[in-house]
Amino acid sequence: MLALTSPVQTPFHRLPAGGKLAALAVFTVLLFWLDSPTSLALALATIAALHLPGGWPFAAHALRLLRPLWPFALVLTLWHLWTQDLRGGAVILLRLTTAVAAANLVTMTTRLSDMITVIERLAAPLARLGLPPRTLALAIALTIRFLPVLSDRLTRIAEAWRARSPRRPGWRILTPATLATLDDADQVAEALRARGGAG
Amino acid sequence: MERSLSHIALFAALIAVLGFVPQITLATGVPITAQSLGIMLCGTVLGAKRGALAVLLFLLLVAIGLPLLSGGRGGLGVFASPTVGFLIGFPIAAFVAGLIVERSRAPIGLAAGLGAFLGGVITLYAFGIPGMALMLGKTLPEAALLITPYLPGDLIKVALTGLITHSLARMRPDFLPSRH
Repeated sequence: MLALTSPVQTPFHRLPAGGKLAALAVFTVLLFWLDSPTSLALALATIAALHLPGGWPFAAHALRLLRPLWPFALVLTLWHLWTQDLRGGAVILLRLTTAVAAANLVTMTTRLSDMITVIERLAAPLARLGLPPRTLALAIALTIRFLPVLSDRLTRIAEAWRARSPRRPGWRILTPATLATLDDADQVAEALRARGGAG
Repeated sequence: MERSLSHIALFAALIAVLGFVPQITLATGVPITAQSLGIMLCGTVLGAKRGALAVLLFLLLVAIGLPLLSGGRGGLGVFASPTVGFLIGFPIAAFVAGLIVERSRAPIGLAAGLGAFLGGVITLYAFGIPGMALMLGKTLPEAALLITPYLPGDLIKVALTGLITHSLARMRPDFLPSRH
């Protein structure tokens, strides 16, 4: 499983993750406060310029991450052409694109391990509520470890179905997949207990 | 403790893996994915608290940069996109679905179907529609109109959640964490 962090090294990769997240929060709040197309276009141009140190492959990666927005861009464009409120449409579309692009930029320039360190630090006060940071880190690691395991299991259940039926597997493979997950979880719990527990 | 932890972690992984399952396109032309089915199953199988925690863990992994949302989406950007209301509603949907299964005395399949409907449709839309209205600068009825094409797919998932939870309860009678 590949994270969305960009392999292209930029100067932003070296900045502390916590600082980048704080800057992103401030920037996003500012975006919702701006309401003229010119100021929002400037904000978008600023974010676009921040992609320059990464070169073309970095920018192409950023554009790919923006692709899920196109249905919304289409709906907004048609809607605001229909209502003849192009200024309002431009404000919403620019704000949306800038907010998502800025957040993606932080994701692309921050390593997964650095993010997890920030999460552990932010979650430290939860220890008083019965969630020590170590347990949270263990949960994150377990989930990541089991992504390929469960994905592989789902593929094999689908193959077993195809070997027996000419029809497509469809939703029927979901019951054995969920059952296998329940059984796996019990074995993992046993293994954790045998190794001294999760506490 | 270990059992809760491993259930939460593995079901978080299950939600992610169900997002990799190829999308089915309904007659209306709207793609449906198994991911929100995974959210509903977390609630009906694990129960309110653990179900919601599994969904929160899944969202945490998405936020720190793993492309686990259906269609390979992920990172902080998805929390600034028009569908953010649905993401916020996901753990609450699982909680409501789990609560119904825990509290209801109806047969498990029926209770799970009802829970999936009240959690995965009513509760989820109650967060998703205002989120979309806010992000796209539209009124609530306008935003509701934009998501109606997804309703048939979600109702199919409600029925499937009932069926799957029913089969699981039959195969592991004293095992289903939500009915303990």
